[in-house]
Amino acid sequence: MLKQIKGTMMALNGDEAVAWAVKQSNVDVVSAYPITPQTIIVERISEFVNNGEMDAEFIHVESEHSALSAAWGAALAGARAFTATSAQGLALMWEILYITASTRAPVVMAVVNRALSAPINIHNDHSDTMGARDSGWIQIYSEDAQEVYDNTIMAFKIAEQTLFPVMVTLDGFTISHTLQNVIVLPDEVVSDFVGVRKIPRIKLPRIHGEREIPLMLNPKYPITFGPLDLYDYYFEHKVQQNEAMKETFPIIERVHKEYGEISGRSYEPVFMIPYRTEDADVVIFGLSSTMSVVRKVVDELRAGGKKVGAIRLRVFRPFPADIIRKELSKFHAVGVLDRCISFGGEGGPLFTEVRSSLYGSSSRPIVHDYIYGLGGRDLPRKLIVKIFEELLSAREEPESPVIRYVGVRE
Amino acid sequence: MSSSLVGWKDLPIGGVAFISTKEYPTGEWAVFQPKIDESKCIKCGLCWMYCPDSVYRWDGESVPVPDLDHCKGCGICEVECPTKAIQMVRV
Repeated sequence: MLKQIKGTMMALNGDEAVAWAVKQSNVDVVSAYPITPQTIIVERISEFVNNGEMDAEFIHVESEHSALSAAWGAALAGARAFTATSAQGLALMWEILYITASTRAPVVMAVVNRALSAPINIHNDHSDTMGARDSGWIQIYSEDAQEVYDNTIMAFKIAEQTLFPVMVTLDGFTISHTLQNVIVLPDEVVSDFVGVRKIPRIKLPRIHGEREIPLMLNPKYPITFGPLDLYDYYFEHKVQQNEAMKETFPIIERVHKEYGEISGRSYEPVFMIPYRTEDADVVIFGLSSTMSVVRKVVDELRAGGKKVGAIRLRVFRPFPADIIRKELSKFHAVGVLDRCISFGGEGGPLFTEVRSSLYGSSSRPIVHDYIYGLGGRDLPRKLIVKIFEELLSAREEPESPVIRYVGVRE
Repeated sequence: MSSSLVGWKDLPIGGVAFISTKEYPTGEWAVFQPKIDESKCIKCGLCWMYCPDSVYRWDGESVPVPDLDHCKGCGICEVECPTKAIQMVRV
């Protein structure tokens, strides 16, 4: 049972925070399949629906492929749809990830980050969502249960205003199963914030004349989603999709601002949050819950006179390259934390994009890639200190080897 | 690429089809298509029901009429027809 404290402060783990956000966000259809460490999300939502606390259709499906297929279909039919998964489940959704995004269906999905098999590991790293980075979903990475709750609520609005599906990620176990204090907004406040889903309207003159018709499955105005699209149009559709993703930056920012007005939490600056970087020589740049520890180490090293800082990236897709170029150019060295391996690649996915963004800058920092924490391996304080020391003594770029593994036995 | 084709800025979003199915015949690549012997047809409507492409037009009383512009020639109607009134013939 959930314990409610002082009306709004609740003791929730990250998964429960997702479930609460979904419960309050006027969601019509939830279609999900349980997988560790996402299971609690599905269990709680299932209980809410069963108890009549949430007026939604809960579809029990036989696989994640079906889970996202059903959520996608529901979204095309005009519903506000939600699903959640982890690791292998996300991998099984692969085909429908692209289909959902390419038909501009605003599904929201919580992904509880977990390592991919084989061998089987249920603990946290970012291999699952990093692998899905090119699928056309917006990706927002959360640091704690409070942010998970906030991001999930905002995700519905972002998805519906941008017409891109949104993945809200949370670190498996570290966030998903850790009980934290979460300020839960009153139901009606969240309900008013997300409102009722508005269906965009488009014109298809050759089928429906000059009248604007809803972009949805509607027997009154039939349209075809996902028709055969060959060399004469497929390329145009993909460019359009990519260009549209660039247009999502101001919308993501606006939704955060609006949410800040009702909750007091707007996570500014929205795309990446710097910590003690004003006069920093070196920074660690990373995602999610690890950055809480990095900030503690920053405080510690600052007390010892070291000019170090931290930057936590929140939005990985769309990738805020311009902001990164502007913010990171001033440092001597940047250590990028990648909780994921891109096999055979020149560094992890976060590193390669960060370094690529900086290439156009006249003053480029030295950039190191630190691959850490695979399969839930801890990144303890002393290793973070070691990273900072390495960055402070770094002399030239490129340094060899490009990839540095942190906390692994040789 | 021909200039008569629409550019990405003018296409409807989501890759939805912007011309009607009436405008793009999808039956062009059929090798066999149905030919109906009206004298054998008992107007049961099974062809209309089974056709995976909804090719048959049927008013519920007369002999169903296949829209050959969209028939891909799968032959299901021929198999299902209880009186063998449908025969697949090479196009």
